Amino acid sequence: MPLLDVQSLVTEFPGAPGGPGNRAVNEVSFAVERGKVLGLVGESGSGKSVTGFSIMGLVDRPGRVTGGRILFDGQDLASLSGEEMRQLRGRRIAMVFQDPMMTLNPVLTIGTQMTEAITAHEKVSRAESRARARDALGQVGIPSPEERLSAYPHEFSGGMRQRVAIAIALLHNPDLIIADEPTTALDVTIQSQIISEFQRLAETHNTAVIWITHDLAIVSRLADDIAVMYSGRLVETGPVSDVLTDPRHPYTAGLIGSVPSQNTRGTRLRQIPGMTPSLGRLPSGCAFRTRCDRATEACATVPPPETHEGARGFRCIHPVHPELLTQ
Amino acid sequence: MSNADTTPIAPEPLARQRIIQYLSAPGAAIGMTLLVVIVLLAVFAPLISPQNPYDLMQLDIMDGRLPPGSESYSGMPYYLGTDNQGRDILSGILYGLRTSLIVGVFSAIAAALIGTTLGLLAAYVGGRTESLLMRLVDLQLSFPTILMALMMLAVLGKGVQNVVIALIIAEWATYARTVRGTALVEREKEYIEAARCLRLPRWRIVFRHLLPNCLAPVIVIATMQVARAIGLEATLSFLGLGASVTEPSLGMLISNGYQYLLSGYYWISFFPGIALLVTIVAINLAGDRLRDILNPRNI
Amino acid sequence: MITSLIRRSIQALFVILAMTLIVFIGVSVIGNPVDILINPDANAAERTRVIAHYGLDQPLWRQYAIFLQGLLHGDFGDSFVYGRPALGLILERMPATLELAFSALVIALVVGLPLGLYAGLYPDRLSSRVIMSGSILGFSLPTFWVGLMFILVFAVELGWLPSNGRGDTAELFGVRWSFLTGDGMRHLLLPALNLALFKTSLVLRLTRAGVQEVLPQDYIKFARAKGLRESRVISVHVLKNLMIPVVTIIGLEFGSLIAFSVVTESIFAWPGMGKLIIDSINLLDRPVIVAYLMMMVLLFVALNFLIDICYTLLDPRVRMDGRA
Repeated sequence: MPLLDVQSLVTEFPGAPGGPGNRAVNEVSFAVERGKVLGLVGESGSGKSVTGFSIMGLVDRPGRVTGGRILFDGQDLASLSGEEMRQLRGRRIAMVFQDPMMTLNPVLTIGTQMTEAITAHEKVSRAESRARARDALGQVGIPSPEERLSAYPHEFSGGMRQRVAIAIALLHNPDLIIADEPTTALDVTIQSQIISEFQRLAETHNTAVIWITHDLAIVSRLADDIAVMYSGRLVETGPVSDVLTDPRHPYTAGLIGSVPSQNTRGTRLRQIPGMTPSLGRLPSGCAFRTRCDRATEACATVPPPETHEGARGFRCIHPVHPELLTQ
Repeated sequence: MSNADTTPIAPEPLARQRIIQYLSAPGAAIGMTLLVVIVLLAVFAPLISPQNPYDLMQLDIMDGRLPPGSESYSGMPYYLGTDNQGRDILSGILYGLRTSLIVGVFSAIAAALIGTTLGLLAAYVGGRTESLLMRLVDLQLSFPTILMALMMLAVLGKGVQNVVIALIIAEWATYARTVRGTALVEREKEYIEAARCLRLPRWRIVFRHLLPNCLAPVIVIATMQVARAIGLEATLSFLGLGASVTEPSLGMLISNGYQYLLSGYYWISFFPGIALLVTIVAINLAGDRLRDILNPRNI
Repeated sequence: MITSLIRRSIQALFVILAMTLIVFIGVSVIGNPVDILINPDANAAERTRVIAHYGLDQPLWRQYAIFLQGLLHGDFGDSFVYGRPALGLILERMPATLELAFSALVIALVVGLPLGLYAGLYPDRLSSRVIMSGSILGFSLPTFWVGLMFILVFAVELGWLPSNGRGDTAELFGVRWSFLTGDGMRHLLLPALNLALFKTSLVLRLTRAGVQEVLPQDYIKFARAKGLRESRVISVHVLKNLMIPVVTIIGLEFGSLIAFSVVTESIFAWPGMGKLIIDSINLLDRPVIVAYLMMMVLLFVALNFLIDICYTLLDPRVRMDGRA
């Protein structure tokens, strides 16, 4: 049984008054095993962050989860009360956000923000929670953690703040960490350090990770599985090694093609034409067809169903390398 | 993209579009309607009011303090009653609205003119002029309006003209600060750069290029300021520092009724107060929506 | 921290000096003190005598110097009406005004903060919309008219509360206060409510705006993602960020309450500074006017100074800048 099993998840934001809602997450299904890293990939606005917040039960109003199931350790999260969900958050499912400059409350000390995360779930003394906070800071490589506890966020650099956020996420040794582009806002060198840190910590605690990103290089380095999202739908899923070397969906292929290192020097960088359509006005049928050079009239009729191919799956009726499709 | 997207939109449909957008909020529509009615009532007060409250010949002390709905000796109905001098409250309100609106609109416009000019000057000239002007603005804005107005009246003495002067002096700083802020942002934009490269004269750049682009916040503040000025004028008149007894503004009417309030002649103060309230609410409702639409962040 | 305090003190001193100049120019140059000081029926000899007595024949800079010297000694001259030192008159009336303004501030905070918090946290509820519409009314209602209506309803029609004066007072720290006696409280209630009306709307709207600005921030979401109880998210993470604008408001609005108490004091015959200044303007009692204006300048400068200090204590980012 996977640790997290997301089945046909739908998260909607209200559209025009009286009209249908906009589905930021549309019939999304995936699973994550303990100790595995899933890379959830897509452009901004593709619904990958909303997917993460849906699992946390923290979708911004007026959006809400309207369909599907989220099974965590065999338990349907929708059946939990608000209080039970709160006890899950931070303790068993933790989250790290994209912008470390914005994640920590500017008017509270690091110590306060760490100890409150401990005492929210466990009855421990002030001294003990402070000691644990100090140890956690030390674990993510922050020098002189004891002193830093009484510092305010603005006294830290961006990379240090993200370490603090990670330390907070790791306080209760969670079963699952949702990391929402935690390295996007950081320098490349810091980025690399944080990723290694994450890998090490996840391995030692056998933690499952959903790593949300638009950076395929990170996914290839870190993740076991990949799920590619486009306009609220998963268009391709599978083991990283298979998908990145041999993509089926033209969108995945396009993403891989636009990574600079994949292009020969001197030739023009390939790119996907056009822009991500806004949720309110998605094209009929396959949402990607307006930007796809393989699109035919058939693509406009219905959203393509999922095709399975071993451990892989994709939603396209004109997949790349169709000669491999024998079944 | 096609050519159609780059052709400028004809001004009329855009204006109409804006008006429709403006009136689509019920509060704004109500406020605007009320405001139009109030202005019409004030403008045509001499034609529609049953009595000329300035004309002492028309007043009969025998009709003093009649309750609403009474009739005069000559059979004229006093819908809202009369005050101590036998003045019809309804007529008093209609004429009072004129004074209040004139004071409010005039002082807001004058303050806007002065404040905008100085704000633009500060932003465009910069240097010592700017820091001196802005220090003055800071100093002034750290004191509440009513205190500034009281200070001015203490110096200038009582009277409606002095109230207008006090209101202008108390309010210009708000415009100056806002316009300077907007102008500092606009000044860095490319069209000003372009105008400079064309070697246009300075005054032309400031007034023909910079000013029109700083007007939106000025209009919004001016609307709110009219309401504030009307309220403040009424307050100062109530305190006996404003309009004279023979040319009553709404505040003066309310003040007149104050001494009779304890004896139960409520209508002398009550109805002018309602008129004042409705006027201020109408302007605020209309202005609120204006702010929503003209707020640069919303465009 | 210390350097910034000293810098601010010097700035405050300059503001006070600038205001003395403005008040002096206003009263002595723009307004003609001779007209104010001398009975129009007085003969020429009387005029010269009075002009010499007030030093009005001296050059302006000397007059200003004399004026400043008087200020330093707290000497604003004697009131024309009461024949007593103007400053003493003002100080005597100050506790009544402070009491009224402080009561109004407490009401504005006790009512405005929770309602604003509620309207900000649940903006879609009908009750929130009612609160917000009510606050527009609170902004638009002319304070003095509401005061009159209070008197009409609660004093005249219902007869529940008295409508003028301070009522019984009791002494504390050598000053007489109304809030210490039941009768004084009853006298205080209507004026305080009247004065608080506008500020309550202001506090309410600012609190709501603040909540709506803080709520969508990532750090609030992160606090929830940590599994904090909603009560802690609101009472610590949201409120602590709100305190900065609210403290500024409290400080600035306290000054404004004292200024606006002019109106309320006149309506409810509350024997404070505000009523005194209106009477003085009406009677052209120049020394009292000047004393009042200078007291207000001093008060506002002091309040701004206090706000700055509170800011430093509340916002760690400002504290850093001060140290640097």
